Amino acid sequence: MSESPLPVTLLGGYLGAGKTTLVNHLLRHAEGQRLAVLVNDFGDLPIDADLIEARDEDLMTLAGGCVCCTVGDDLGETLRALCARDPRPDQLLIETSGVALPGALAGALSLMRDVALAAVVVLVDAETAPARAEDPYLGDTIRRQIEQADLIVLTKPDLAGAAGLDRARALVAALHPAAAVVEAVEGRVPPALILGPRPRLGEDAAAPETPGHDSLLFRPARPLDARALARGLADPALGVLRAKGVFVDDTGALRLVQGVGARVRLSPPPKGARPGVVVIGRAGGLDAGGLAALFGVSGR
Amino acid sequence: MSDITIFKARKILTMIPNRPEATHVAVREGRILGAGSLEDLAGWGAYALDERFADKVLMPGFVEGHAHTMEGSAWNRVYCGWFDRMDPDGKVWSGLKSVDAVLDRLRAAEAALSDPAAPLAGWQFDPLYMPGAVFSRHELDRVSTTRPVAVLHASGHILVANSVALEMAGLLREGINHQSYPLGEDGLPTGILLGPEARLAIARHVGMAEAIATNAESDLRAFSRLCVRTGTTTITDLAAQLPEPGVVSMVAVTQQPDWPVRLVPFRTFLGMKPEALIAEVQRLAGLSHDKLRLGGIKIHVDGSIQGFTARLRWPGYFNGAPNGLWYIAPEHLTEILERALAARVPVHLHTNGDQATQLVLETLEAALQKHPSPDHRFTLQHCQLADAAQLRQAARLGMCVNLFANHIYYWGEQHYAQTVGPERARRMNACRTALDAGAPLAIHCDAPVTPLGPLFTAWCAVNRISSEGRVLGPEECITVHEALRAITLGAAHTLHLDGELGSIETGKRADFAVLEEDPTAVAPEALKDVRVWGTVLGGVAFQAGTV
Repeated sequence: MSESPLPVTLLGGYLGAGKTTLVNHLLRHAEGQRLAVLVNDFGDLPIDADLIEARDEDLMTLAGGCVCCTVGDDLGETLRALCARDPRPDQLLIETSGVALPGALAGALSLMRDVALAAVVVLVDAETAPARAEDPYLGDTIRRQIEQADLIVLTKPDLAGAAGLDRARALVAALHPAAAVVEAVEGRVPPALILGPRPRLGEDAAAPETPGHDSLLFRPARPLDARALARGLADPALGVLRAKGVFVDDTGALRLVQGVGARVRLSPPPKGARPGVVVIGRAGGLDAGGLAALFGVSGR
Repeated sequence: MSDITIFKARKILTMIPNRPEATHVAVREGRILGAGSLEDLAGWGAYALDERFADKVLMPGFVEGHAHTMEGSAWNRVYCGWFDRMDPDGKVWSGLKSVDAVLDRLRAAEAALSDPAAPLAGWQFDPLYMPGAVFSRHELDRVSTTRPVAVLHASGHILVANSVALEMAGLLREGINHQSYPLGEDGLPTGILLGPEARLAIARHVGMAEAIATNAESDLRAFSRLCVRTGTTTITDLAAQLPEPGVVSMVAVTQQPDWPVRLVPFRTFLGMKPEALIAEVQRLAGLSHDKLRLGGIKIHVDGSIQGFTARLRWPGYFNGAPNGLWYIAPEHLTEILERALAARVPVHLHTNGDQATQLVLETLEAALQKHPSPDHRFTLQHCQLADAAQLRQAARLGMCVNLFANHIYYWGEQHYAQTVGPERARRMNACRTALDAGAPLAIHCDAPVTPLGPLFTAWCAVNRISSEGRVLGPEECITVHEALRAITLGAAHTLHLDGELGSIETGKRADFAVLEEDPTAVAPEALKDVRVWGTVLGGVAFQAGTV
């Protein structure tokens, strides 16, 4: 198969951080993308019943062409089988076990031919994480999970209370200042933040709907220095949580740029792609002027 | 016609205090009528006297409380280890002391393969003992430049692949920037893949991706041959995935009349919610028969010490490595333990590091408050770094400990120098302290991690000698009798089988280890050299090399 690698998002975080809730939210708002979900924790398939169309021994067929299965004994084989499905899934989401450190798996996935690591998303329970981070048994695991994230979703901010939420924010900021951080009540995060924006590549391109967040579409008018762009998108000062799109580099070649937090990757663009980069940030959190300068345009 | 057989032996070590030695043992219906003198036993009625063991020594069949049937399939690969090791057919593969020797053996195996595309895999390579040895894809390319070749280190944590295998996985290219894939001076991967995850991309190209739990009859048979060769009549498979086809195969094979060992598989906790897990092992328990005992659960709490994935308490690893990994969350552990206590399902818990042991002790103590269980015998497996306080607490909670005595020999030097340092290396696998604390004690090999051989394991616990000859903590040595008890009644106790196995006395199963020498008469340092003729299982003799 000559298809481009299947993008993989790792979803980590301790028990009760809301991974299952988020997975179900993403499945409900897949917007035509075929998601394949691999779950691990306790080994059940925690998918809301109304989303399930059929289930057999190994695989659950879900609404909208999505599927779900457990990681099983052999992750490599499971990934291979998913990549070989027809039609192939558009995105793969791996929910790791509550005590797993996503870093090692992320590293291994980044070297597999059929898949490409898109992001390590770690859910942090704002209510319990500050205490758990000090737990004699679990503290280092919780802290290392945070350190290994590209994007951190602080969950249950409503239950944590103002002071609790501040403690959770401070914990994350102290451990991993470069991470992109969002907050989500009941898993309600714009799917584009978790799975990456899907710029509609054409004349009618527009920034995606990202409730509670701002998104901007930039169409650079001139070639860009790829490294400078990557550095800029990773710079926390511009407020970019997630970025994806195509631009012309200073050799005149089209490049695909994808960013999540401090992880920015450059790769060849999909066929037929036209220039245009979507960036997503917190509501009011994007530095539109700085971004416009980065892309060499005036905003919008 | 008599249905009683009386075996005559040079000596019978019964492992019971009121009649420690005998010369004859009477067997009917696969069980022991009694042991003693011929006169003692003649009163049971007409008998056939079987004198084939007249010059042998009989012991209760050995019970190995922590092994894996995977030892059988491991021999489908080429043995590349440093130590001599016996395969299921009794061939002793000499330990390989140089990279060239490893390559020679791999080349010989390569030449014997008929399918030119078939992968070639080796196992148990241990460069720790070959200072300065270089073993990368370039060396393996001297084995083959046309077929994928890979060799797994003895630690299980490092895999070395040749250029063909790397190429098939798309990894033989520049620009790889990953800590698990060290690069050579040419900017290409060296083929040394660090950590189990690093194998993900390459496993299927080198024949290491096939499911491990199929329990093919040939692999189970190979495993059973090793049991007979080592005097083992009861052995665990700890833990098994136990997918349905594997269970079906296991049930069928172990029911064959010439199947020579009692198999005790514990299902892994992975892959099921606790409630479903309990129901599943209760279903499995219903498939049990004489030679197959299903129904237990095995939980991995942490990783391994030599892989730096065990969870240690303060002050952690001697070389400063970060603490290891949890393989289960505390809440998950609590739920399984509570449900298992309530359902009277046995649970064995892998804890290498002392922090993992501590978590289990605290979690079980709380669970026992909710579900008091006077005879649960939940067992700490490996439990290598437990200190005296933990062992006392384990005993008070009604737990058993199954210590990894073989580690002292195989990794004692690494523990001394790198992982935990001299003090803790000297008290690792503290058999003496465990017995003094009143904890029911077993000792084990964890085959295929180290070779199956209960007498060798007993030798380790008695002598505590590392592979370099260093005595690690003589204060923790136990006596020969205590060690022999640990590999019979002790291990049987951890499996709730001590009323049925583990000693030679009236009513128990006629399971014997048949030995050429008396292990209580040889020097303790020679315990490992006692030769094994074979076994008797349920009154049926199995000679090594004939099963």
